[in-house]
Amino acid sequence: MSTATTSTRSAPKRRRHKDDTKLALMFIAPATVGLLVFLVWPLLTGIYYSFTEYTTLTPPTWVGLDNYAALVADPVFWNSLKVTVLYVVINIAVQTAVALVIAVLMQRLTQSTILRSLVLTPYLVSNVVAAIVFLWILDTQLGVFNIFLQWIGFDPVSFWSSETWVIPTVALVNVWRHMGYTALLLFAGLQSIPSHLYEAARTDGAGEIAMFRRITLPLLRPIMALVLIMTIIGSFQVFDTISVTTQGGPADASKVLQMYIYENAFGQYQFGYASALSVALLVILMIITFTQYWLSNAGKSDLD
Amino acid sequence: MTTTSRTVADGAPRPTGAADRPVPQRPRKQIPWGKIAAWTAMVIFLLITLFPFYWMLRTALSSNNALATDPASLLPVGLNTGGFERVFGLQDVETAISQGGSGASINFWRYLLNSVIVATVITIVQTFSCAMAAYAFSRLRWRGRETVFLIFLGSLMIPQIFTLLPNFILIKNLGLVDTLLGIMLPTLFISSFAIFFLRQFFNNVPREIEEAALIDGASKVRVFFTLILPMSSAPLATLALLTYMTAWNEYFWALMVSYTDQSRVLTVALGVFRAQSPGTGPDWSGLMAATLVAAAPMLILFALFAKKIVNSIGFTGIK
Repeated sequence: MSTATTSTRSAPKRRRHKDDTKLALMFIAPATVGLLVFLVWPLLTGIYYSFTEYTTLTPPTWVGLDNYAALVADPVFWNSLKVTVLYVVINIAVQTAVALVIAVLMQRLTQSTILRSLVLTPYLVSNVVAAIVFLWILDTQLGVFNIFLQWIGFDPVSFWSSETWVIPTVALVNVWRHMGYTALLLFAGLQSIPSHLYEAARTDGAGEIAMFRRITLPLLRPIMALVLIMTIIGSFQVFDTISVTTQGGPADASKVLQMYIYENAFGQYQFGYASALSVALLVILMIITFTQYWLSNAGKSDLD
Repeated sequence: MTTTSRTVADGAPRPTGAADRPVPQRPRKQIPWGKIAAWTAMVIFLLITLFPFYWMLRTALSSNNALATDPASLLPVGLNTGGFERVFGLQDVETAISQGGSGASINFWRYLLNSVIVATVITIVQTFSCAMAAYAFSRLRWRGRETVFLIFLGSLMIPQIFTLLPNFILIKNLGLVDTLLGIMLPTLFISSFAIFFLRQFFNNVPREIEEAALIDGASKVRVFFTLILPMSSAPLATLALLTYMTAWNEYFWALMVSYTDQSRVLTVALGVFRAQSPGTGPDWSGLMAATLVAAAPMLILFALFAKKIVNSIGFTGIK
């Protein structure tokens, strides 16, 4: 949009440097090679592999829709899909709520950069570090959180080895790592809401909660939609935490889709089937993206 | 400002007579309860955010054998540096095992070095390659520019998982499995996000400056190196930091490619270290020392550049 106007603006006056095609090709060459070899080509071959029987030893042989037929009939796949969706729902619901609260608190209380830096700290460590730290904090016997639970009168919980608790646990560990980052994104969105709206509301006698519901939430909606698309797509790709902690256990209770894909590819060397699983995940992500995009556009009531 | 919210909110800005002010829901109070509640909530969030870091340090400085005797102590139990010594291989096998370690050789200096190499090379090459592309998309005139840019933008939609398997097969066919180059290659030249991000900033560099240089006879290549790059040093630095962080924390891809010490990076090594639990139970103090070592470089980098990073998070790159 902006580029179109700028280029037409300066085009007629110029005589020198009319056409930079040669130079431009040189400038985009490295990135284009990267794009074609490591993004576009894998996209195409990945789809191709999903129609083949491909173990590491033999070259891929075309089997048509066999992998997809197997996938539809595979109870482990459906279970992993269920587990993944459960994870995403808990993770996104809690994370978005907590991040929104933090963002609003920051907006209403202080503009301190130090505070924002502290809030962001967990995002700096890798998922692996976060997973191992909480493996320890939530350990059934020695974990300090379980000792705290006992202290306030509860029984210790086997967060990592109980089929009921494992997915909520992983989801909340990842909330810990991502809530600050999400809060800062939402905070940036809040900054774009003009402060005179709040002042006007206040002169009309509106309280904080009324202002939050009538001003903050509606005006934050476009940015909230964007943040949700990003976080949901990220959330569906959960792997690191589970790979380091439970490896999908106990009894497949935390076997998310990516874990199952990894297992098929590197545990059983079924690259064809693993590719079909990846295609399934890709399709899910695309549906979510388009649905959300459509929803957020349908209800557009922005400042503009 | 809106920040001094609630206390002034009820009375101050209202010009109509103070005497018969129709007090809305809450009567004017001396103590700003709302603000106290908000700050309390903020402090609780901060505690949740920061406590795990303290617990890492506290456990790393504890003696692993003593941990069980007082698991709730807020201070290190049996203060020692055995955890760190095991991480850096400074203990012989017997001492390590007697202190609760697995005794298996772990070579953290090597993993640290691997991580530094991978993150540094990716950051330098990728930032430069993407800056060049962003310049072509922002300032050079050529046919098909918008179309090609849209293709780059569209590639942002491809989730990582989808490229992992085919990329692994490609890297394997190239004979680069278990090499640092194999870990670096897929993200070495391209990050569509980086191109998009930088293009926004290049678009904002005033055209007049560039044209003045061109009239003076400078070539566009020269303009790129001597004008555009220096003028965009702030966004470039931010982007480089974010890239470094992403590369440093990458786990899934590195796990696929690296098998032995020669290409093992810190994240993968941590996973291996965690899986090597001795029969007596995990070496928590060693593990926490290891996670601290893995996290420290990012925390230090962040402490140095926090302001820049924090202020750059927003929608500059997306909107």
